[in-house]
Amino acid sequence: MIMNNTKKTTGKVSGIIANLVIVRADGPVAQNEICYINRDGIDLMAEVIKIIGNQAYTQVFESTRGLRIGSPVVFEGHLLEATLGPGILSSVYDGLMHDLHEMTGVFLKPGEYTRALDPEKIWDFKPLAKVGDQVLAADWLGEVMENSIPHRIMVPFVFEGKYTVKSIVAAGSYKINDTIAILTDSNGKDFPVTMVQYWPVKKAIKAYKDKPRPFKLFQTGVRTMDTLNPMAEGGTGFIPGPFGSGKTVLQHALSRQAEADVVIVAACGERANEVVELFVEFPELEDPKTGRKLIERTTIIANTSNMPVAAREASVYTAMTIAEYYRSMGLKILLLADSTSRWAQALREMSNRMEELPGPDAFPMDLPAIISNFYSRAGYVYLNNNQTGSITFIGTVSPAGGNLKEPVTESTKKVARAFYALSQQRADSKRYPAIDPIDSYSKYLEYPEVQESLRTSISDDWVDKVMLVKNIMIRGREASEQINILGDDSVPLDYHLAFWKSEVIDAIILQQDAFDKIDFNTPIVRQKYMLDKVIDIYETDFEFDSFEEVNPFFKRIINQLKQMNYSEFQSEQFKRFENELYKIIEERKVKK
Amino acid sequence: MSPVAFQKIYTHITNITKATCSLKASGIGNEELAVVHGRLAQVVKIMDDEVTLQVFGGTEGIPSNAEVIFYNRPPTLKVSDDLAGRFFNAYGHPIDGGPEVEGEERPIGGPSVNPVRRRQPSELIATGIAGIDLNNTLVTGQKIPFFADPDQPFNQVMAMVALRAEADKIILAGMGLTNDDYLYYKNVFENAGALDRIISFVNTTEDPPVERLLVPDMALTAAEYFAVDKNEKVLVLLTDMTLYADALSIVSNRMDQIPSKDSMPGSLYSDLAKIYEKAVQFPSGGSITIIAVTTLSGGDITHAIPDNTGYITEGQLFLRRDTDIGKVIVDPFRSLSRLKQLVIGTKTREDHPQVMNTAVRLYADAANAKTKLENGFDLTDYDQRTLDFAKEYSEYLLAIDVNIDINKMLDTGWQLFARHFNKAEVGIKQELVDKYWPEK
Repeated sequence: MIMNNTKKTTGKVSGIIANLVIVRADGPVAQNEICYINRDGIDLMAEVIKIIGNQAYTQVFESTRGLRIGSPVVFEGHLLEATLGPGILSSVYDGLMHDLHEMTGVFLKPGEYTRALDPEKIWDFKPLAKVGDQVLAADWLGEVMENSIPHRIMVPFVFEGKYTVKSIVAAGSYKINDTIAILTDSNGKDFPVTMVQYWPVKKAIKAYKDKPRPFKLFQTGVRTMDTLNPMAEGGTGFIPGPFGSGKTVLQHALSRQAEADVVIVAACGERANEVVELFVEFPELEDPKTGRKLIERTTIIANTSNMPVAAREASVYTAMTIAEYYRSMGLKILLLADSTSRWAQALREMSNRMEELPGPDAFPMDLPAIISNFYSRAGYVYLNNNQTGSITFIGTVSPAGGNLKEPVTESTKKVARAFYALSQQRADSKRYPAIDPIDSYSKYLEYPEVQESLRTSISDDWVDKVMLVKNIMIRGREASEQINILGDDSVPLDYHLAFWKSEVIDAIILQQDAFDKIDFNTPIVRQKYMLDKVIDIYETDFEFDSFEEVNPFFKRIINQLKQMNYSEFQSEQFKRFENELYKIIEERKVKK
Repeated sequence: MSPVAFQKIYTHITNITKATCSLKASGIGNEELAVVHGRLAQVVKIMDDEVTLQVFGGTEGIPSNAEVIFYNRPPTLKVSDDLAGRFFNAYGHPIDGGPEVEGEERPIGGPSVNPVRRRQPSELIATGIAGIDLNNTLVTGQKIPFFADPDQPFNQVMAMVALRAEADKIILAGMGLTNDDYLYYKNVFENAGALDRIISFVNTTEDPPVERLLVPDMALTAAEYFAVDKNEKVLVLLTDMTLYADALSIVSNRMDQIPSKDSMPGSLYSDLAKIYEKAVQFPSGGSITIIAVTTLSGGDITHAIPDNTGYITEGQLFLRRDTDIGKVIVDPFRSLSRLKQLVIGTKTREDHPQVMNTAVRLYADAANAKTKLENGFDLTDYDQRTLDFAKEYSEYLLAIDVNIDINKMLDTGWQLFARHFNKAEVGIKQELVDKYWPEK
């Protein structure tokens, strides 16, 4: 991977169609190589996407307004790379990993490329390896504390084969570009190592020993996910939904609450104001686990919808590469991408300009392959030193017209193991989060190793209870359909009971108020407590004289349970509502 | 916009299509403006020495030996305070008989705001319409369209919102506006004595459709001048964005691009986002808020234009005629303002979120009851009460002729709850019920 061409290839612009620029090159050019096109003194970054003869077709990551034929171009000899080192956390980058905070002015200026890491910042380095150690790529040489997270300084991923640590610096203060170790390869050649390394974003970092199937619960605090369709640590999931169904609110909830060491948010082609929400809230909100501010564990890749389209495609890869870097340190990463459809659209725009034969809905033919390749970079891994790390990846999909039979949704469905279908109907009736309990699934619930872990960490009968609840929901829906077809008074009373019992679960477990300071995040202990509560109600026999009594009775039950959800767990207030609840249940309970 | 001296004049056009023409020329910049046979055109493609120009007014009657003069700059607008109170066409030329505006010449369609320099929108825009203020509260820096069928009174509602919104400047971007609607806006603004706050860029149905593509960028360049240079609160009205998107599809079609869904160009999402994302709250206090109209065909929101719009904008507003009360209401089910969470319950009274949600939920119950009634089933007592509630909710809160402040809307909400339901049925947080439930 280490290219050391001394002389860079140059070229001249020979064609311009929007952000597709054709360059006549005077030397060798690599597919996906980065080049800079000079427009009146400003260098615009571009990526080679096709080569025909000496013509390189490049996609420019900027507006090409004012660009002229004959403008000089310099090819860089490397692919699009992420800069990896301490200082990534709390930063906000554009899709190409330029620090947005470092840019001057209110408006983005084409060609204003800021560095990803601060070269002047002093870090307290502590060595972990000793002279004489045999090391491989991604092995830990030392660490610095980045916010509250131990940031491991690793053997660069591009190093192939075994190396011996020839020297390593003593504990002390260093800058990222200082040499902290010298490694010797099998031929006796020395390589100095600093705290920064570079990696081409489109290539997966595979410097780990083993990648097992995900086997344990990844807690999110969102009841309808954790309880009904759990995410596994190192798993993949996706959230498709029409606009207005609450995708972004849900993703924000995950980024706030999920039990991860590091959260990477790729805001890919979405609304800028939504990203601003993260900037404003995360420096204020606390991570419930560590008590530190959320921003300290978060990195945001902001390539919003009005930023250059080509960089949008790069942004998800940049985010994934950063996630892989932190995973190699033995950390638990949550990667969120909102929205992968915008990324696919960026591919479509380019494919269209290159006049490629289109696939379904004018998307490029290899879209399914690109998507599955990307999702496969997530996962739980055992590192070479037997430590573990994971990337849990959840992407949103914005299906055109809310129709799930479109190429991006279908391609994603083939690879992602958890599917959180947002339903327009639930959103319309303000049942948030609008995850449909019946259409959604988590394949992880079927993994024996996941079931085992749920049994040991929550309770022996947990999986059975979850299955029971899913059944109750299906029966409730059937009953409600029958009632709608036949009328309230033409169906047996049991139908009303089946429907209302499912409504209790819907209101208390599935629905959750993301904006309430208590209800927004439910730890698994509390989820278990409330699930037991609603299952008790489900298993209780009630007496009614007519169907007209069913609705008001269950409305009261739901009201009490809801008040419990809004109260501090096991507080005075919580118990008061719980006692009220028992009294109401007693009113109609069949006495044995 | 007269050509400057010393410019090379080309007279040999090699290719002419309905919307474009090509010629051999050198030293030309991408997206540069030119005049072809007296008509404004813009560079859309350059291959070696062959330059393709998109002619805004269409190519009818252009001869192959027409004069072509390049301007050496992209489309621009001259900005200054003198823009206020004026009416312009898509090129920024006055159409009100007044003189050309003098000022600093700025390229239109300029760069985006750095997301980290944006401020979180936090200032409520009160309209007095409860269907908006109560259920779908608007905030400065927001972008939101009306999704409306062509026969709905969206222009009237938009004019009303604009005048009540207390903006420093209102910029009207009319695309494919009928002459009648153009005169309507002019009249309403004039009668309200607000003309000095209004700037209009208008492409009417009488003008060539491709010219429309310039209108939003012109309007937003003017908006950025007032919001950034003058720290003003600017409200931009875009009507009708469907006609704008139609113009995009005409151009892409004539440039032989492969269409994606509904014959729209594959870049529709990015094209629309570039416009809507100009809505912003600046750190210096100025802001640009965009209220747009996207007309639907037969209420179909799955069509590519409303669909892509919905993914870009921060919510959408639907109008509907409620036959029970015989008035137009803001539909509480399908309308949504995503930014309302930033102000409701904090900038407004604490009970706002729950009153809003509860009322909509009860209204949904009423809709179910109505379905039952239509299917010939008996109604329960609760069903009947939801129907009574729904009618009053429509009449006193949802109708667009309501004009009250937000506290009054919330009080009205509680009164309606108490009149038709008991406390358990509304299911609101106990402490709020204790505080606001009206005792008889």
